[in-house]
Amino acid sequence: MTLTRREALILGAAGSAALMLPLPASAAAFDDAVKAFTGGATPKEGGVTLNAPEIAENGNTVPVSVEAKGASEILILAPENPTPKVATFSFGPLSGGASASTRMRLAKTQDVTAIAKMADGSFAMAKTTVKVTIGGCGG
Amino acid sequence: MKDVKPRVKVPSEAKAGEVFTIKTLISHPMISGQGKDKDGKPIPRDIINHFSCDFEGQNVIAIELDPAISANPYIEFTAKVDKSGTFKFTWKDDDGSTYTDEKSIKVG
Repeated sequence: MTLTRREALILGAAGSAALMLPLPASAAAFDDAVKAFTGGATPKEGGVTLNAPEIAENGNTVPVSVEAKGASEILILAPENPTPKVATFSFGPLSGGASASTRMRLAKTQDVTAIAKMADGSFAMAKTTVKVTIGGCGG
Repeated sequence: MKDVKPRVKVPSEAKAGEVFTIKTLISHPMISGQGKDKDGKPIPRDIINHFSCDFEGQNVIAIELDPAISANPYIEFTAKVDKSGTFKFTWKDDDGSTYTDEKSIKVG
C-alpha cells in the first residue's frame, strides 16, 4: 500500500492525537480525591501556605508543611503519584493553629497541592512545584 | 518482622494557652503497595493509616495517612492547653495493630 503525502500527514496527526488522549492513570484519581474532599466546590487560590522544597533530590522523603488559618481540615495531594492522596489533617479544638508538617514520597516532578476546608465551609488551595531527581514509589 | 517504635517530643512545661510544637516519629516501613519483589509479585500495602493526638479527652489533631507518606512517618503539629495533663498518641496500622504513647505536660 502506498500513501500520498497528504494521507500520511493525516494518519500521523490522528495517531499522535490518539496518543495524547489517555490521561495519566492518576489524573482521574486526583479529580476524585479533590471532589470527595470538597464535595464538588471549587477551591479559591490563597489562604493556604504550602511549603515544600523546589528541588527534591530524593523523592522518597520530601519535607512538606501546610498552614491555613481558620481551617478545620487540610488535604495534601501529589497528582502524579500512583495514589494522589498524601494525607488529610483534621484539626481538633486543642490544635494550636491549623498547621502541620510531615514527609512524603513523590514519584516524579509535579505540582504538590494542598486544599483547606475553612470554618465557613469554603475551600482554599495552594500549589507548589517540586522537581524530583530520583522518584520514590517503588522498592 | 516490623520493629515499630513510636517517639514523641512534647515540652515538659507550657503557659496556659501558649502554642507549642509536638513532634512525633514512628519507625515503620510504610510499604506503599506499588513495589514488586524479585519474582515480580506485588508486595502488599502495609502502612500506618491513621494518627491521632488527644489531650484529656479532647482532640488535638487526627490525620489520615496514605501510601505517599515516607517510611518512618514524621508528623509535626501544634497544640495549646490550659491545664496540666497527658497527651495520648495513637497510630493505627493496616494490619490492625495500634501503637500508643503518652506524654504529660505541666501548665503553670
